[in-house]
Amino acid sequence: MSDFLISFWQTYNTLFYTIFIHGMLGLSIYLTLACGLLSLGNAAFMGIGAYTSALLTMKAGFPFGISLIAGGILPSMVALAIGIPTLRLSGVYLAMATLGFGEVVRVVLLNMEITGGSMGINGIPQKTELWHLVLIMGIIIFFFIRLRDSKYGRAMEAINEDEVASSVMGIRTTYFKVWTFTAGAFIAGVAGGLNAHFTYFISPREYGFEPAVDILTFAILGGTKTFWGPIAGSAILTVLPEMMRFMGPYRLAVNGIILLLVVLYLPNGIVSRGTFISLKKLFSERKSNA
Amino acid sequence: MLRVENITRDFGGLRVLDDVIFEIEEGTIYGIIGPNGAGKTTLFNIISGLLKPTGGRIIFNTIDITGLKPHAITAAGISRTFQNIRIFKEMTLLENVLVGMHRLFSYSAVSMLFELKKKRREEKELREKAYDILSIVRLSEKAGLKAESLSYGEQRKLELARALATEPKLILVDEPAAGMNPAETEELMGEIVRINSRKYTICLIEHDMKVVMGICRRIGVLNFGKFIAQGSPDEIKNNPLVIEAYLGRDETGA
Repeated sequence: MSDFLISFWQTYNTLFYTIFIHGMLGLSIYLTLACGLLSLGNAAFMGIGAYTSALLTMKAGFPFGISLIAGGILPSMVALAIGIPTLRLSGVYLAMATLGFGEVVRVVLLNMEITGGSMGINGIPQKTELWHLVLIMGIIIFFFIRLRDSKYGRAMEAINEDEVASSVMGIRTTYFKVWTFTAGAFIAGVAGGLNAHFTYFISPREYGFEPAVDILTFAILGGTKTFWGPIAGSAILTVLPEMMRFMGPYRLAVNGIILLLVVLYLPNGIVSRGTFISLKKLFSERKSNA
Repeated sequence: MLRVENITRDFGGLRVLDDVIFEIEEGTIYGIIGPNGAGKTTLFNIISGLLKPTGGRIIFNTIDITGLKPHAITAAGISRTFQNIRIFKEMTLLENVLVGMHRLFSYSAVSMLFELKKKRREEKELREKAYDILSIVRLSEKAGLKAESLSYGEQRKLELARALATEPKLILVDEPAAGMNPAETEELMGEIVRINSRKYTICLIEHDMKVVMGICRRIGVLNFGKFIAQGSPDEIKNNPLVIEAYLGRDETGA
């Protein structure tokens, strides 16, 4: 049994690490979505964080903890700078602006000397351990739990529902939007730093358009009614391709099909009342058949 | 209490409000009437800070509030409701009122993170207060329900309660009778009169003259962006300019 567990861990530990990192990314976009902002800049923030912390540990010899925090602070500074002008945009327009920003970041990473150009950075020391991930995830979840029944959480929910009405209720809507955007960038940056210190290698490709959309998918699939949604969504979308290995090259299509089904039948995501009701229906039907 | 001085607003080349001047006295119910498209809602949007005027000033209790952000105007003591009801549908009635009380909460993010005494005490006290506010409009029994489950008339009342929650001195009420049947309208007008008797000043927009005649002490008439008349309901009823705006000119010239 223990032999089995050891071999299981050896085969799949990367998967566990990835679930945690994807979970953090899902939560980072949830923070902005909860304020009604469709921002697709989180992959870029993750990239800034990854490069910052990797370079700080490798070139400057900073301790891991410090370079991780710096990897959160720099993207949030960038978010603050681009957030103030762009957050007056809404919906698709903000999505476009943040995608554009992501592209700028990717091209800059691709062309700077210190970032290693298209070759990226190799040989980042492996410092991320499972307990780091559990601890940081725990802190983030704690934060979301406390946010839920507070004036801040309510204000965000109100802005998400109706920004104009919220402003007339005395809520400083711009302040909240900039704040969530910045905090989301911080979480994404830290996730990037953690990821860099365990994958050994990073390159600009990992922070482009595709990962930006993947991060959004975590949140949409899981649902954005509570913060558990993005966590569940990212876990499912990370594990599923592994479970579907037997399907060979078609396995990624399964992700697409599942996303399609969820959007069609559970528009509020997997963690929502819709799922609860359909499960209840399913079980009561079984009982009546028996 | 509120003095609107020469407010003008252009949309492109179109002058929607033209040199609007009026004053609302403390404790009164002031009615603004006018045909559809006269600029009534634009005027409210300017007073509540959602739109900036092209020219003119708004003075509230001797403070110039022209061009302030909506949250600052709410903090100064002006609250409002919307013609097309804008309650937070996915939130409960109690939460709707608590959002209105947002600026009354003073605890910090640190208090929130560590559930400090200050946060717990404030949340408890203000929740009780939110119940009281809901009971003013007789909705406290439904406090835990989602706002979307309310009837149209009840949603209007919730919006009034939410406006009260910001602790305003002046409440701007935008066409409360829109989309309501006569019985609901009458009940809501009773509600507004009762709120007024609690020392809240009210400014009411309405395009149906009958609704405002009964409860307003003073009425201003807006037509094509201009104030064409001001006075008591009786004066307004007999003003030839008002009759013309509402019924059209008599071509035979009787």
